[in-house]
Amino acid sequence: MADSGTRVLSVGALARVEGEGALRVRVSGDRVTEARLSIYEPPRFFEAFLRDRRHTEPPDLTSRVCGICPVAYQTSACHAIEDACGVAVGGQLAALRRLLYCGEWIESHSLHIHLLHAPDFLGADSALEVSHRHRAAIERGLRLKQAGNSILEVLGGRAVHPINVRVGGFHRVPSRAELRPLAERLMRAREDALAAVDWVAGFDFPEAECRADLFALAEPGTYAIERGVPTVLPYGGGEARRSFPLAEFGAHVVEEQVPYSTALQARLDGRRHLTGALARYAVSGHLLPSAVREAARAAGLPDPASGEVCRNPFRSIVIRAVEVLYAVEEALRLIERYEPPARASQEVAPRAGTGHGATEAPRGLLYHRYSLDLDGLVTDASLIPPTSQNQGAVEDELRLLVQRRLARGEATDAELAGLCERAIRNHDPCISCSAHFLDLTVVREREADRPTASSGRVGGLGPGDAQRPDDESVERDQHD
Amino acid sequence: MTGSDRPRLGVFKFASCDGCQLTLLDCEEELLPLAAELEVAHFAEASSDIRPGPYQLSLVEGSVSTPEHLERVRRIRAESRHLVTIGACATAGGIQALRNSADGDAFRATVYAEPEYIESLATSTPISAHVPVDFELRGCPIDRGQLLEVITSFLAGRRPDIPDHSVCFACKRRGTTCLPVARGIPCLGPVTHAGCGALCPAYGRGCYGCFGPSASTNMPAMIPLLRSDGMSDEDIVRFLHTYNVEDFAALEPPGVLDEDD
Repeated sequence: MADSGTRVLSVGALARVEGEGALRVRVSGDRVTEARLSIYEPPRFFEAFLRDRRHTEPPDLTSRVCGICPVAYQTSACHAIEDACGVAVGGQLAALRRLLYCGEWIESHSLHIHLLHAPDFLGADSALEVSHRHRAAIERGLRLKQAGNSILEVLGGRAVHPINVRVGGFHRVPSRAELRPLAERLMRAREDALAAVDWVAGFDFPEAECRADLFALAEPGTYAIERGVPTVLPYGGGEARRSFPLAEFGAHVVEEQVPYSTALQARLDGRRHLTGALARYAVSGHLLPSAVREAARAAGLPDPASGEVCRNPFRSIVIRAVEVLYAVEEALRLIERYEPPARASQEVAPRAGTGHGATEAPRGLLYHRYSLDLDGLVTDASLIPPTSQNQGAVEDELRLLVQRRLARGEATDAELAGLCERAIRNHDPCISCSAHFLDLTVVREREADRPTASSGRVGGLGPGDAQRPDDESVERDQHD
Repeated sequence: MTGSDRPRLGVFKFASCDGCQLTLLDCEEELLPLAAELEVAHFAEASSDIRPGPYQLSLVEGSVSTPEHLERVRRIRAESRHLVTIGACATAGGIQALRNSADGDAFRATVYAEPEYIESLATSTPISAHVPVDFELRGCPIDRGQLLEVITSFLAGRRPDIPDHSVCFACKRRGTTCLPVARGIPCLGPVTHAGCGALCPAYGRGCYGCFGPSASTNMPAMIPLLRSDGMSDEDIVRFLHTYNVEDFAALEPPGVLDEDD
């Protein structure tokens, strides 16, 4: 610790998240003066090279933003381009899209719950370590993940970057017979999903509260997944939920550089907001089928039907497990009602215009906007991933969490760093969604104030190690 | 279970989408048995327990695209007995190599409000452009079966049995009707490296080349074929310039296509 009593906690390379991020919290005496989730994922310039591509290309191109949620990118892109071209895909083609998305929810959530997140609640570094004590639970998680992947493989061709999605629908639609083995597997997955809800419900959840507005898509009569209307549930009571048309997304959700921070952050009508599992459950939980709502209640989640909202991000693992159960049920329902459509895709003739698309990626709301010229070439593209939207709320939460912990007495840096890492993993951040992450150089105000940095992690060849030159007066960070 | 007798595995990431690392976690049935055979010493996406080198086998995902990457790739090489690149980014620069032939400043200005803050190399390059690589596994993303073959062959001390013929061979084996011949659908199968199991043609779409060029390709013969299937030269450039842009561009016959850059 430095003379001033100021100390800086830093975790050079966040583990068990998708992509690369780092974390920095500045503590002065018993006050938290700064909390930063740094993204140092290298920029990949998707929005730049989407320009001058054909209107048929963004679903395949943007799927490469993220290996864990490629279907989210493909679906948001399809919707935005179809919107620009004045086409709405409905009927069984829309149902197949939802089925594919259910596969991604099951796969991504099962991965996050069992391999990335559960170790936090069991005092372990990895799922491999957990498997020594809870082998059946990890095997069950891998089976669930496999069930999700099998939907992606049958309908999409492969689990990572499916090839069968196109603007207007699919390249090829399955027969009923091809989907039957999926249904059999999903019947078994239903048991596994119920057991997974029970398992995670038994974890210990630290007290925490997300004080941001909750933001998710809403769709009449169903739990919104692959489409819906942007809906805000404001924090603090007094204000009712409100919605706005998707075409007005850019007027409400604004990415900006805030003067006191080095991070580019998206704000919703000027306030911090959170997307993802907590937001979805708060906005649409009352629309879950009764059996799923019952499982949620039995797992200790509040009942959204009576207006209760779960704001503890540590419980997001329970909501994800409930969403896996729902996605399994929903996939079974869609397969049951499936009738192969006459054509695998609708014609989408290009025209000049701008279109918007948003879907619920497993980790939160993902928005795409494209402008096309008369020939159907992309003239402008904008991708707003959930992690960029969530960052402000997550930083706020980190500040609150560390402040609360310090109020209870002295804590080691390692303990605080561990707590913060857990808090970040609660949100399943998809850091590879680095469509536009900033890399800034920050000069310290006064060198005399320079605190000693201590690390919460034993270093190895972590991606952060080479990233942080321990310069006298300059520190380098990259930010969302 | 720290067992120093087991071979030590490192998994590392550069500029990428994480999809190829994820393919390792997608080996659901093999994951726990595999973890009993080797020590997962460094795999930040899967474990907080990050151990220092050396590593017997390092799997490297992603392309070199920032100044920091240049130093880091050398450190990883120095600590690795075998270094295998996984996926199109690590093997060919990936989709982000689309910036290599573009005006870097304009690219930055398109994405960032304050582009002067962006620290990024003007190019996105494969790992082999910087350090020696023992084996390159292709694909965007890689194939799960091929990944298991690579890991098990290195554990057994032999070369991986990864065929380097074209997608066409796999299509014939699968019994898929040839799309360009039967339906006039443009397809990069004749010049693309096998590995996906000829997935796209089986779903009625032409191969879009995500495994990069195969060992022996005749690109001058490919381009008239694409034209005869109705593609304009601009569309052909876009077709080849996607996930393995640098590798395909190297094979393009000079002057046949009018480059827009």
